[in-house]
Amino acid sequence: MIELHGVHKSFGTNRVLQGVDLTIARGTSMVIIGGSGTGKSVLLKCILGLVTPDRGTITLDGQDVTAKGKSGADRDAFLARFGMLFQGGALFDSLNVWENVAFRLRRGAQKLPRDEARAIALEKLARVGLGARVADLFPAELSGGMQKRVSLARAIAATPEVIFFDEPTTGLDPIMSGVINALIREIVTEMGVTAMTITHDMSSVRAIADQVAMLHGGVVRWTGPVTGMDNALDPWLQQFIHGRATGPIETVR
Amino acid sequence: MTVPGLLARLGRSVLGMLAAVGRVAMFAGAIVSHLFRPPFYPREFAQQMLQIGWLSLPVVGLTALFTGGALALQIYAGGARFNAESVVPSIVAIGMARELGPVLGGLMVAARVASSIAAEIGTMKVTEQIDALVTLSTNPLKYLAVPRVLAATLAMPVLVAVGDAIGIMGGWLVGVTRLGFNSSTYLYNTGQFLEPWDVGSGLVKGAVFGFIVALMGCYHGMNSGRGAQGVGRATKAAVVAASVLILAANYVLTEVFFSA
Repeated sequence: MIELHGVHKSFGTNRVLQGVDLTIARGTSMVIIGGSGTGKSVLLKCILGLVTPDRGTITLDGQDVTAKGKSGADRDAFLARFGMLFQGGALFDSLNVWENVAFRLRRGAQKLPRDEARAIALEKLARVGLGARVADLFPAELSGGMQKRVSLARAIAATPEVIFFDEPTTGLDPIMSGVINALIREIVTEMGVTAMTITHDMSSVRAIADQVAMLHGGVVRWTGPVTGMDNALDPWLQQFIHGRATGPIETVR
Repeated sequence: MTVPGLLARLGRSVLGMLAAVGRVAMFAGAIVSHLFRPPFYPREFAQQMLQIGWLSLPVVGLTALFTGGALALQIYAGGARFNAESVVPSIVAIGMARELGPVLGGLMVAARVASSIAAEIGTMKVTEQIDALVTLSTNPLKYLAVPRVLAATLAMPVLVAVGDAIGIMGGWLVGVTRLGFNSSTYLYNTGQFLEPWDVGSGLVKGAVFGFIVALMGCYHGMNSGRGAQGVGRATKAAVVAASVLILAANYVLTEVFFSA
């Protein structure tokens, strides 16, 4: 279970997070929605320790992930529980596809032999619908959709307990978005992982989410099951999910 | 602007500069401390030796060749004013080994390598590849910066040695074909007056300059701003900082090695 209490984060005078409280139960798929610049990615990076919150606590199964003084080994063990699909894929240009997928498997205390790591990479690539022929290509040789799939394969390669998906369908055509959404839902269900997805694509929300939280004004404005989203009375949520230009959320025209 | 306002602005600039020096020093310290601690990345180190060392050979060699030739012409023309044309071989050799080999080699490598390191790491930062490394339990400083800094520090003395040899050869070529020197005499005089420390000091300078080049590339790449403009600024800052630091370090090292 991931719990956030009173998480604050500012960049200079820009107060991005102003007291976020959120609980993500083990094995659920939480989707965070909200407009651009509302701090969704910052929130996710705070959980991973890529950004240090100014105030507040974040716990994973009761352990404070923001605690200072963690040794390198503790930090590695903590990060090994996570997989992440980055918005742009964030594949390493200098490594070919299978080396990207097997990156974690080839390093650290549980380092696997090359052949074994490659076999697992090929298996994960197959799971996301990519054949063995792409394994030796470089990321620059792949389409955007294929890069997202490879990134997804990398995120699940080390069988994590928690997977983060940052804007998984951004930049993809509607059909490929549907394919990625379906893949994410299938993988989350079959692996039984806790998933946290950041998106403003409502088709992704409906395909992926068990629970939804809307971030606005630096706080969680609404949270509840995806099935209750359409009937919720919150005007901010209704404006966002229906994409209305008028409402309590200020829009620049 | 009022005097207090001017002083405040000056103070802010000085404090900002000192803070930047502190950040670079801490970054350098962190890299040096990671040099001796596992995990090590031999494959990345070998790739960087190839990129920084082997692929810089043409540019360093050509620079040295033309510099050696021009140096021979200049020393001959200057020496002719007091009948000292015969010093051309020894001055070319000493000049190349002590100063021009390491400094010009360092500057050329700064232009080629600091820019490419800063652009590569800066792009990795902008495209979240650095964040991805962290989430994959890999320290970006250790995986990206340490192999580059180590490779540049070890490759640069080799580049300087090759540059020295090619520069001296350039001087010999011009001396024999344009200035009428006897080939054997030219080479004999080159060896006669060149002392081991002339070459050794240049190699030490080369190692220091290599460290500076990679350090600046990595530092500015890791601290790159967002977007293409941020990466462009980081690249420019890396080359400028590396070049200025090479010239400053050259003066300091020359004082240490050769001041009476």
